[in-house]
Amino acid sequence: MNTFARLLSGAAIGLAVSMTSFAAVAETPANMLVIAHRIDDITTIDPAESFEFAGSDISRNVYGRLVSLDPNDLAAGYKPDLATSWEVSEDGKTITFTMREGVTFHSGNPVTAEDAAFSLQRAVILNKTPAFILTQFGFTAENATETIRAEGGKLMITTDKRYATSFVLNCLTATIGAIVDKETVMANEVDGDMGNEWLKTNSAGSGPYKLDSWKPNESVTLSSNPDYYGGAPAMERVIVRHVIESASQRLLLERGDVDIARNLNPEDIAGASQAEGVKIEDELKGRLMYIALNQKHPELSKPEVRQAFKYLIDYEGMRDSFLKGQYTIHQNFLPATYLGASEENPFSYNIEKAKELLAAAGVEDLEIEIGVREAQERIEIGQSFQNAAAQAGIKVNITVGTAKQILARYRARELDVYLGAWGPDYPDPQTNAGTFAYNPDNSDAANATGLLAWRNSWDTGGLTEKVDAAVVENDRDMRIQMYQDIQAEFRETSPFVIMFQQIEQSALRDNVIDWSTGQAVTSAAYWQVTK
Amino acid sequence: MALTEGSGKGRERASLPPWIKTTALTIGSIAMTMLGLLFVTFIIGRVMPIDPVLAIVGERASQSTYDAVFLELGLDKPLVVQFGYYIWDVLHLDFGTSLLNARPVSEDIARVFPATLELATLGIVIGIVIGVPLGVIAAARKGSWIDQVARVLALVGYSMPIFWLGLMGLLIFYGILGWVGGPGRVGIFYVDVVPSVTGMILVDAALDGNWDVFKNAFSHIILPASLLGYFSLAYISRMTRSFMLEQLSAEYITTARVKGMSEWDVIWKHAFKNIRVQLITVIALSYANLLEGSVLTEIIFSWPGIGSYITTALLSADMNAVLGGTVVVGLIFILLNILSDLLYKVFDPRAK
Amino acid sequence: MAERTLRQWLLTDTPTSRRHAKLSALYQGWLAFRSNTMAMVGLCILLALVLIAMAAPLLAPHDPFVQNLGNRLAPLGSEGHLLGTDSLGRDILSRLIYGARITLYIVALVALIAPVVGLLVGTVSGYVGGWVDIVLMRITDIFLAFPRLVLALAFVAALGAGIENAVIAISLTAWPPYARIARAETLTIRSSDYISAIKLQGAGGLRIITKHIWPLCISSLIVRVTLDMAGIILAAAGLGFLGLGAQPPSPEWGAMISEGRRFILDHWWVATMPGLAIFIVSLAFNLLGDGLRDVLDPKAGE
Repeated sequence: MNTFARLLSGAAIGLAVSMTSFAAVAETPANMLVIAHRIDDITTIDPAESFEFAGSDISRNVYGRLVSLDPNDLAAGYKPDLATSWEVSEDGKTITFTMREGVTFHSGNPVTAEDAAFSLQRAVILNKTPAFILTQFGFTAENATETIRAEGGKLMITTDKRYATSFVLNCLTATIGAIVDKETVMANEVDGDMGNEWLKTNSAGSGPYKLDSWKPNESVTLSSNPDYYGGAPAMERVIVRHVIESASQRLLLERGDVDIARNLNPEDIAGASQAEGVKIEDELKGRLMYIALNQKHPELSKPEVRQAFKYLIDYEGMRDSFLKGQYTIHQNFLPATYLGASEENPFSYNIEKAKELLAAAGVEDLEIEIGVREAQERIEIGQSFQNAAAQAGIKVNITVGTAKQILARYRARELDVYLGAWGPDYPDPQTNAGTFAYNPDNSDAANATGLLAWRNSWDTGGLTEKVDAAVVENDRDMRIQMYQDIQAEFRETSPFVIMFQQIEQSALRDNVIDWSTGQAVTSAAYWQVTK
Repeated sequence: MALTEGSGKGRERASLPPWIKTTALTIGSIAMTMLGLLFVTFIIGRVMPIDPVLAIVGERASQSTYDAVFLELGLDKPLVVQFGYYIWDVLHLDFGTSLLNARPVSEDIARVFPATLELATLGIVIGIVIGVPLGVIAAARKGSWIDQVARVLALVGYSMPIFWLGLMGLLIFYGILGWVGGPGRVGIFYVDVVPSVTGMILVDAALDGNWDVFKNAFSHIILPASLLGYFSLAYISRMTRSFMLEQLSAEYITTARVKGMSEWDVIWKHAFKNIRVQLITVIALSYANLLEGSVLTEIIFSWPGIGSYITTALLSADMNAVLGGTVVVGLIFILLNILSDLLYKVFDPRAK
Repeated sequence: MAERTLRQWLLTDTPTSRRHAKLSALYQGWLAFRSNTMAMVGLCILLALVLIAMAAPLLAPHDPFVQNLGNRLAPLGSEGHLLGTDSLGRDILSRLIYGARITLYIVALVALIAPVVGLLVGTVSGYVGGWVDIVLMRITDIFLAFPRLVLALAFVAALGAGIENAVIAISLTAWPPYARIARAETLTIRSSDYISAIKLQGAGGLRIITKHIWPLCISSLIVRVTLDMAGIILAAAGLGFLGLGAQPPSPEWGAMISEGRRFILDHWWVATMPGLAIFIVSLAFNLLGDGLRDVLDPKAGE
């Protein structure tokens, strides 16, 4: 028996010793960028279909667009990319793009106007989730070949009416504006799917990086495109690794196993900032956190009640505690940095005021259900709201569910109250105005599930027409004023309690320079990063 | 339970005629169980309030996009027809395409299952290598300090929430001491360095002779594997102990002792030999449990195994993936049971 | 005779009636159990837990739901918060005390549902035999072959998150082993002379199962249930950890760990305290189960 005891302890010591030898603080190679990020939202990387955050990150680095945003100067707006210049016709409906010469796809095929026309037509015809970004200009599967066409080496697109040119071009910077390699894609077509099935897991772009592999819930690996027209990127390999837990991401970063950790919570940000060799960078994102009141509910549809809820949010308390550093108070539907964004935040935490308003509306013993997705920060916001509402005599029941469970009920107009987040789809004010304050047909039959106003059964009280007017206004200052007016009215009358705007905090090794997550307007870019 | 199961089956089988009928019955019962398993999973998937269409198209989709996908998935057809189609495909070894990442489910499983297999195998090896001798010693030295230690170890193992112990382990051994690799299967620079043959990085690295990768992968797997190993150790050592005690009190052991046989021989050559059969059942059961995927361990260690695969799929209504994963896991469970029955027959002296 | 104490009466070798014999056996079991220190420790912890749960409003220093964002993540031993506060500034000790109610509630319900279902299926299957047995055992196999947590997850996902649904889900995954035990016991009992004798007296199947087979299966089931309790608590905590158990702001221990794990590196106590609570209670159940097994089912233990 003693032999065994000895054997056991011997083995244990041996194990401990052998493990100690692994202990060495690692450092990633100089030409490689390693990012810890949650990438479980990627469901497809076909740019005509991809619509999630992590998927957009891939597209941004793999595909070129007609116009795109410069990660080092996002405030400048769209700049020439695969198109070097463009002209707008007399009637303002047709834009003609001149293509950049000598650019090739990763396959070696030249990038032509033909490819550009194909890419946009394809997105319209496939009609996947993000297609509305293009179809709002009147493109349809039937007219796509006439409205989007290549002529004499140039690309021409014709919209159904005159829109602000900046609006059209802003939309083309979105993921769906990516230009794909027609020849490669069509070579992989199956049953007339325009290569959709193949592009879901493969890439055919001309961007600074090409996709090596995407392993779902595991990693994304990119390698640099040495022939990129803007010059080969410094980071020859980029690996995005799926790490769910904030604590795990932080440990990886502090030990030097990754260069960037993108999903640290406020406590870990505070902790990591103390660690040696780590720096924190803040970027204001476009994502808004809001509470929406279903107007089908007899009590919630009273104007005073809508108003009262806006005083039942402990804006500052939350911002300074569990949301610290990651959200800023914002009470308008256009995110800060957007054209026409408003800085007015008139509401504050005021139980007494809320009680007065509820009393004025004659509301007593209200009990409501709030649907919350199972993300920790949302659950905490929900509980804080629940706590405040209780003090004003409203009983709030929280239902936590996965994204899809809660969303289905929200879209079916079944929830009393929804605690949600909304991110803009393209860098133009229409992206949010067209969903928060726009609802041309409030009937159930309209089934306009894409519109937030419809989901909450709100007829917008006349804002719909104002949104329609603002989107065709070509005078910049005039347009800004129109959005300011819409938001001023929206703040007071809408059933939306907009609370916070997100700040993305990236924790980086301090040798990483020029990192950009794309701020409020776009996705992360890797090609400008150096170490 | 393991024992009841084993002996219960033994009884049934004893009353059955020749082996051909037995085999046929076994295959038939596997088929029935699998069919039932699929049916239950399928029903769960369809009554779940998660909308698979929404899972694909997301929040912003227009109604026309939504409707197109609804038809594409065949959700307009009656449930029975949908199930029929599914069974037909499975019989052709086609598990369909994952709704969420657009790949064949079989490809996904081929990727995630080896990860779990690697982890579970190392876990069970740790459990056996430590658990069995510990149980034997505890029985032989009943009441001694080592018996007490074994008892406490086992009790703690039974009672500890695994996700909590995992977090603490990660914090201490990786975060503070830096003895082991962090979450994930292998360090970033070693990703895709060795060609994937079996999908198990340790094995692939060894086949390739790349010991750097091996060492790195080992440093990543050792903590979660030890954790799982500990939990199976708790069970295995307790069961070993109680089997051994039963043997040691038997008459033939007394006889052997009286004959002057050394204690070592009494324990290992006689008593231990007779508990092998029971032990196999216990080990098979623990192994099956580990292979089912330890969802919580996999989540904490960012381990891309089958447990977290099925869970993620389930919560996002990716029913093809859930069904595929469940079939694999269920099949393994059943096969391990049959295997342990077979071994039972091979080793059981009475069966010969 | 008059001087005979209760103790002597209970310890008699020659019981005077059937009830006397039963009581005597019970008492001797209790004596054996009492001499097992570890089991007594387990029992004491569980009794304490029940008391704590009942007296929660008296014992808890704070309202478990009252938030104070200004005093969040207070460390152990801070003023008025012995175990610190959580992310919303709620008192962790008070939440643990109230959480004991939830834990007991889950355990009690599962302990009522799963063994009863298992007993029903197992005894019917074993007693009736034939195709009923085949069908019931196939169903049992199907549930056994299912990955347990996945099955529980699936049911919770189907029924909606919540504590009652978590209980149902856990019960659904827990009953098959009981059914197997009950069936095995029934098979041995069924062929005994005792049952044949009762049959000859003209007793029906239902009567035999409920009056004669069930009582004989109970003791092995009780042992098994007690030993499983820890597993049930851990499963419930696991569901809570995945956000599928009790809904916020309910102080369920698993959910508390899940909330606290975000701060594991800098505020370790937030996740550790509920972890310890779970550990202690499931340890207590294990100790008790070991002890009970020694008393009720000696051959299975050693």
